Amino acid sequence: MLNSSLQQIGSALRARKISSVELTQLYLDRVAALNPALNAYITTNAGLSLAQAREADAQLANGKAQGLTGIPIAQKDIFCAKDWRTTCGSKMLENFIAPYDAHVIELFNKAGAVNLGKTNMDEFAMGSSNETSHFGTVKNPWNRSAVPGGSSGGAACAVAARLCAAATGTDTGGSIRQPAALCGISGIKPTYGTVSRYGMIAFASSLDQAGPMARSAEDLALLLNVMSGFDERDSTSLQRDKEDYARDLNKPLAGLRIGLPKEFFAEGLAQDVAGSVNAAIAEYQKLGATIVDISLPNSRLAVPVYYVLAPAEASSNLSRFDGVRYGYRAPEYSDLADMYEKSRAQGFGAEVKRRIMIGTYVLSHGYYDAYYLQAQKIRRLIAQDFTDAFRQCDVIMGPTSPGTAFNLGEKGDDPVQMYLSDIYTIAVNLAGLPGMSIPCGFGASDMPVGLQIIGNYFAEAQMLNVAHQYQLATDHHDRAPQNIGL
Amino acid sequence: MSLTNADVQKVARLARLAMSPTEIETARTQLSGIFDLIAEMQAVDTKGIAPMSHAQDVSQRLREDVVTETNQRELFQAIAPQVEAGLYLVPQVIE
Repeated sequence: MLNSSLQQIGSALRARKISSVELTQLYLDRVAALNPALNAYITTNAGLSLAQAREADAQLANGKAQGLTGIPIAQKDIFCAKDWRTTCGSKMLENFIAPYDAHVIELFNKAGAVNLGKTNMDEFAMGSSNETSHFGTVKNPWNRSAVPGGSSGGAACAVAARLCAAATGTDTGGSIRQPAALCGISGIKPTYGTVSRYGMIAFASSLDQAGPMARSAEDLALLLNVMSGFDERDSTSLQRDKEDYARDLNKPLAGLRIGLPKEFFAEGLAQDVAGSVNAAIAEYQKLGATIVDISLPNSRLAVPVYYVLAPAEASSNLSRFDGVRYGYRAPEYSDLADMYEKSRAQGFGAEVKRRIMIGTYVLSHGYYDAYYLQAQKIRRLIAQDFTDAFRQCDVIMGPTSPGTAFNLGEKGDDPVQMYLSDIYTIAVNLAGLPGMSIPCGFGASDMPVGLQIIGNYFAEAQMLNVAHQYQLATDHHDRAPQNIGL
Repeated sequence: MSLTNADVQKVARLARLAMSPTEIETARTQLSGIFDLIAEMQAVDTKGIAPMSHAQDVSQRLREDVVTETNQRELFQAIAPQVEAGLYLVPQVIE
C-alpha cells in the first residue's frame, strides 16, 4: 500500500480491502517510528485524523466515496486548518490554533481526504534547506546528514519516506520544486492564481502559489484537480472553468518541442546534475520529442529581482505579527513600541528578520523607485523572455536545482549562497508560470536529481502529460530511500 | 553597497525589530552582501517598461457591499495573548 498510486489506494479503499482508519493508523505508526529521526512533521493529531478517517469509512460504506476519500494527505504547516496547531515553522505561531480552514484544506475535506498532520517547513517559507524552521531541521531521507531542500522540505521528506500518501506544498521562489528535486519526488507549482491563497499564511503575495507533492505525475493530477479552483476570498484567484488535469496524461509525446535555455546549462551547474538532466532529455527524444535551443537572457536577473520583491511583500505581510491579536508576545516590555519590538525580535528567527529588514529598506522613503519599481519592471522583461521562448517550443526543460542536496549547515552562514540555490526556479514565479520537478536520476553520491519542466500559462495538463510519459518509460520516481522501514 | 550601523538601526526601528549592537553589526555585513547581489539589477535600462504586478494583467474584482463574515469574537479572542472583557489588552498609550 505504501508504494501504491493514489488511484490504487482509492480502489483498495472502495473495495474495502483496507479501511481508512487502518490506513491512517498505518501512516500514524510510521510517523511515530520515523519522525524522531526525520522531523518531517511539526504536528500530528491522531484524534483529528482518525475522526476524519471514520467519517471517510462511513462514506465508503454507503457508496458516496470520491477519488481521494479516506486517503491520508500531509498538509504543509502554512495552511490554516481549523482546530489544528498551525505554526508556519515559527516561534511566532508556536501556539496558534487556527480558527478557520484555508480554501485548500476546505477542498481536501470536501473531497473526503484525511489530514494526516502538518509538515515542517522553513520559517514563513523563507529558506531553501528547512534549516530556518523553529522546530528543527528536516533530514533528507536519502542521506540524513543532507538537507531536504525548502521551504516545503517536510512535505518532500514525508512523501519520499512514505510517511503520507501525498502532500501539499507552496512555492514562492522554488519551495515545491527544489525540495521535490532534492528528495526524489514529483511536485508542481501551477499557474499563479490557480489555487486560492485564502488561509495560506502569506509570504510574498504576488508570487505565493500552492501545489501538490507526490510520488508521480499521475498522483499530482488527481491532487491538483482537488486543490484548484476559483475562490472569491483570494483577490488574485483566477475565474476559469474547472478543468481535469488528468485528461491528457496518456497522450503520446511525438512532435513535442522541448526548449532548452542555454542559461540553465551554464557555469554553476554541477556535473552530475547536468548528466542526469541530459540523459532525461535524450529519453524524451526517444519518446518522439524534438529539441529547440532557446535563450532567457534576463533570467540572470531573477535572483536579484526576487530578493527585492519577495522581502518587500514579506515585510508588509509580516507587519501583522505584533503580539496583540494572536501569536507570540514578549513576556516583558516597558511600553507599546517596546512590546512590538521585543515580541517581533523574539518571535521571528534570523532569516525572517533579515528579509523583513531588506523589505523595509527597499520600501522606505526615497528608495522605492530604485528598488521595488525597478524590480517590477525587470519582472516584466523576465516574463517576456518566456513568452518569446514559448513561440518556439511547447515546454521548457532544465535542472531544478544547480546541485543535489547539500549538507546540513553547509550554507548556513552565507545567505547569498543559499539564495543562489533557487537560481533556476525563481524566474518561473516572477513570470507567474507553472513549473514542476520530477525525479530524473541520481547524482554522484546517489542523491536524487530533479528535472524541471516549465509550461506556458495554464499548460498544467500538458506538463503532467509530459511528466507522466517519462515516468511510464523510466523508474527513477519509483525508487525509495533505504532505512525507512519498508 | 556598504550600509552603516546607523542605516541598519533606522531600518530595524521602522520594522519594529529590537536589535542589540552585536546583531546590528552582523545584520550590516549580511545585508550589505545581499544588496551587492541586488545591485546587478540597477544597471538595467528599463525606460518605457511598465511594472508588472500580476502575470495575467487582471483587474481588481469588486463585490457587493454586504456582510459576509459572522461575528466570532470569542473564537478569535481565545488565541489572543491578553484579553479582558472582550477587549484586546496592550500597554497604556495615553496618559
